[in-house]
Amino acid sequence: MAGVIRGPTRLSEGRPAAATAATRVWLPPALLPTVLSFAAILLLWVVAAGIAQNPRLMPGPGLVMERLAEGWASGDLQHHLMATLARVAAAFLLAMSIGTAIGILMGRSLLADRLGQPWLLLFLNMPALVVIILAYIWIGLVEAAAIFAVAINKIPNVAVTVREGAKALDPDLAQMARVFRLGRGTVLRHVVLPQLYPYIAAAARSGLALVWKIVLVVELLGRSSGIGFKLGLFFQFFDVASILAYALAFIAIVQLIEWGILQPLDRAANRWRR
Amino acid sequence: MAPLLELELDQKTFPAAGEAPARRVLANIHLTLEPGARVALLGPSGGGKTTLLNLVAGLDADYAGRLTTAEPCRIGYVFQEARLLAWRSVRDNLRLVAGAGAEDAVERLIVEVGLQDAARTYASRLSLGMARRAAIARALVIEPELLVLDEPFVSLDPATAMRLRLLLLDALDRRRTAMLFVTHELGEAVMLAERIIVLAGEPGRLQGSFAVALGPAERRDPERVDAERRALLPRVTAAMGESAAIRSRTAC
Repeated sequence: MAGVIRGPTRLSEGRPAAATAATRVWLPPALLPTVLSFAAILLLWVVAAGIAQNPRLMPGPGLVMERLAEGWASGDLQHHLMATLARVAAAFLLAMSIGTAIGILMGRSLLADRLGQPWLLLFLNMPALVVIILAYIWIGLVEAAAIFAVAINKIPNVAVTVREGAKALDPDLAQMARVFRLGRGTVLRHVVLPQLYPYIAAAARSGLALVWKIVLVVELLGRSSGIGFKLGLFFQFFDVASILAYALAFIAIVQLIEWGILQPLDRAANRWRR
Repeated sequence: MAPLLELELDQKTFPAAGEAPARRVLANIHLTLEPGARVALLGPSGGGKTTLLNLVAGLDADYAGRLTTAEPCRIGYVFQEARLLAWRSVRDNLRLVAGAGAEDAVERLIVEVGLQDAARTYASRLSLGMARRAAIARALVIEPELLVLDEPFVSLDPATAMRLRLLLLDALDRRRTAMLFVTHELGEAVMLAERIIVLAGEPGRLQGSFAVALGPAERRDPERVDAERRALLPRVTAAMGESAAIRSRTAC
């Protein structure tokens, strides 16, 4: 990101140690609190494990890293990570596209808004677990049911967020599009979606976090692959170290997606702003 | 020759909204535009000029009356605020309305309005004057039969406004595009239009039509334009009627 910050050294010529040291270790000062906070989590973990003195119930970081390495070496971790990621991706894309379409429709048409409102209320307040169980019962213990159940849980949130954006679309630009006779596809791609982008991005952010958590539940209840399925197995063996290892691996992957995909996309989409 | 566009308006009423009662903004207007005609629509602010423009452009169908247009009648609209897509470059803003296969026309117009150095700039980063140029280029790139402009030079500094007026004059002289130009400045109307029509009253009606007898070179001569403006001023003021606000505005 920022790389080396040389500014502070110049600003604090008279000031000793701290600032100069920070520049010397090539750490942007803005990242310092983050790093310290991570270190505090790790420290708390080590201390807790030390006090518990029971690696079975409260394993330390060392043991968890060991399990992580074992899982990786056997290929088991990658296999289940990929299975879960594939489900997350499918459910996420499904929920985003359907939710966005519903949101635009409800934001643009008062009738659609009124018709859709009760459905939104119903599905927003429906517990995720109920949707999952019903999907498995009605559709069967198949992949489609799993992905469908996750998407159903997310669609109302996306629709509600995008609807706000669709209500705020600029009528002046709509007039411009009409007088210049722009086609429907052109209007959607170049006029409507760029205005909706902040809303879609917000829905995507909260969506990813929600979707991957629900995917684990879906896997726990009715799939024989994926992180959720593995966590269920480890639960039966009370294998806390493996539970933590697989959970950490997944947290890391989700963060990598945020840094590697979502944030660069966000920067590209916002480049036009002053 | 068949007219390019003919509007026979019985009346246009804004429905009641909240506290405000329904208001009849325009009544009994008959407006005919011949191909290539350059008409300025002059009138006080809030007098229904933009409303009339939107009727002509087909953006508002909620009125009593009839609009007849020749085919084809493409309309290039220059709005008061540029209404560019802020998230697209100047070039892409032109490309989007020009459609496929108009790459050459896009590049030519970018040069014509002097935006070649800003072709790749996001519209959000343009100055007001540059954005207006881009809007004019966008309206011309579709090779319209009718160019419609809604006070496109307000809130610009006088020098920039004059440069843009000359630019528009040049662009029009190169084409056989009809123009309907809304303004509240008589001088601007004299410089750009062959015919000035006055919209005033409550509800707004066409109060008079004045020919501007200036050749292409004379329109670019500020003194000739000013002389013509002063010659027209008493008649235009009379057509505008009693509003003192209008008189002071057109007189300055």
